[in-house]
Amino acid sequence: MAFIPHTPADVREMLAAIGVSSIEQLFEEIPPALRVGTLRGVPSQLSEMEIGRLMSERARTDGRPLCFIGAGAYEHHIPAAVWALTTRGEFYSAYTPYQAEASQGTLQLIYEYQTMIASLTGMEVSNASLYDGASAVAEASLMAVRANRKSKSQRILVPATVHPHYRKVAAAAASNQGLRFEEVPYCTQQGATIGGALARYENQDIAALLIQQPNFFGRLEDVDALTDWAHAHGALVIAAVNPISLAVLKPPGEWGSRGADIAVGEGQPLGVPLSSGGPYFGFLTTRMEHVRQMPGRIVGRTLDLAGRPGFTLTLQAREQHIRRARATSNICTNQGLLVTAATIYMSLMGPEGLERVASASHARARELVSALTRIGGVRLAFEGPYFHEAVLCCDRPVAPLLEALASRGILGGLDLSEDYPELGGAWLVCATETKTSEDIDRYATALGEVMREVTLASRERPATAA
Amino acid sequence: MSHVPPDLHYTKTHEWLRTLPDGNIEIGITDHAQHALGDLVFVEVPQAGRTLKAGETCAVVESVKAASDVYAPIACTVAGGNPRLANEPEAVNNDPYGAGWLMRVRPENLASVAALLSAADYTSFLAAEGE
Repeated sequence: MAFIPHTPADVREMLAAIGVSSIEQLFEEIPPALRVGTLRGVPSQLSEMEIGRLMSERARTDGRPLCFIGAGAYEHHIPAAVWALTTRGEFYSAYTPYQAEASQGTLQLIYEYQTMIASLTGMEVSNASLYDGASAVAEASLMAVRANRKSKSQRILVPATVHPHYRKVAAAAASNQGLRFEEVPYCTQQGATIGGALARYENQDIAALLIQQPNFFGRLEDVDALTDWAHAHGALVIAAVNPISLAVLKPPGEWGSRGADIAVGEGQPLGVPLSSGGPYFGFLTTRMEHVRQMPGRIVGRTLDLAGRPGFTLTLQAREQHIRRARATSNICTNQGLLVTAATIYMSLMGPEGLERVASASHARARELVSALTRIGGVRLAFEGPYFHEAVLCCDRPVAPLLEALASRGILGGLDLSEDYPELGGAWLVCATETKTSEDIDRYATALGEVMREVTLASRERPATAA
Repeated sequence: MSHVPPDLHYTKTHEWLRTLPDGNIEIGITDHAQHALGDLVFVEVPQAGRTLKAGETCAVVESVKAASDVYAPIACTVAGGNPRLANEPEAVNNDPYGAGWLMRVRPENLASVAALLSAADYTSFLAAEGE
């Protein structure tokens, strides 16, 4: 069954109207070197039955490993009601609610979402969401350059403690629009950004400083001092935050004496399963003074002709369907379904529930660090407080250790050697409220065994160890 | 038919210019432009001290329907934006040639103003556009 409504005659007529002979001709400007042709390993077609069988076979090979990897996506308990409600047809099939008279339910839900996220981040206004945390950082950077009218530069200071994916995506999305991201080094004892690293930028024109809290290493940055430094030097502050952590940490709106200007983050921890990396959603909140530079959709509450309250998209005048190339963004959309799940999750948890999730995650992470650092040769890489993940290090490459753990059904953390080679053998571990003391014992026991085995193996094969 | 005061200069992108006694030039959008945009909800004016090339976008007027750019009609330096518009964007609708001015600028070259459209030229331009 064809789901494309255009008949071959329709297509011919449309092509003739614009003077093009084939659909292929529309893509002629893409150089052959950039074309993929066919996708390797992907058959041209499969029936529904064949697809179902293939996917269930592949799903079985995933197993159910015990996961201690965080690094931007976090395993939290999701109450069953969240996805039972989210997958109702009324939510499941809804697209961008441009037509207010037919979309009051979706619009109200997004309005509630915006209210909750603005409240969680301590900011005044939220958009209806973005693709994911990384693209939210890119959008916030572009927004900060537009919003900082005192700065003529397009320079954004980005500490190396910001998630490497966020830094790469922001550079990929915004560098061609003239933005320059400059890396600020971190203190290797503390695993955090220290004031001294910013000193060289004192008398320079900087549009914004990006601060991730907790940072990629799980460590807490001195957000008050960093925020005040940025504002004293004419730069705006973009906060990248974990929404769960905000139940126990100071929200970006209260950082320093004036608060951050824009807060963004990955929304996945709020009721969205890990699902191999996506789809997730990003959030973006700001202060009212910057609302017109905020990308994306915003739902507002209003009154209809009869004076009844209702909801509608608002502040659309700078969106791409109106302002085309000069829109605040042409690479953003909202993630309606994921936001639906997050809104239901936040409603079920409430402020008290979120705080319990955050506190339990912190306690489990401390328990994990304490159990693992009791093993000889394993130590905590950085001094100072962390939220629910931490960097551990040892005197050898960690990839073989993590592989050996994976073969025992334990995902032991993220090897940092590629993004942070200066740390030597180091890996990032995470524990949330989903991990029990037994899980942590199982990891610690397995790691102890694996370390002994890998040591023995390397002694037996000295040639390969060198 | 929209109002076109005889003593001002105009552009085809619907800005007007008035030469002030101190030699500065006051710039706004025409009655025709404000009418076409509808009720304005926000006006973004340039910062004082900004230098503008002729044709450069320098302000944004936002109605409930669209956000539109305003172009600098001449090369100039911005002396100041109209502070009243921050809280009262509707002044552009109510009084486009008076209280609704957008910015005051120091022209690079006074002759550049005289080279723009006269009121009569602009009136014929609007007629040709099929107002």
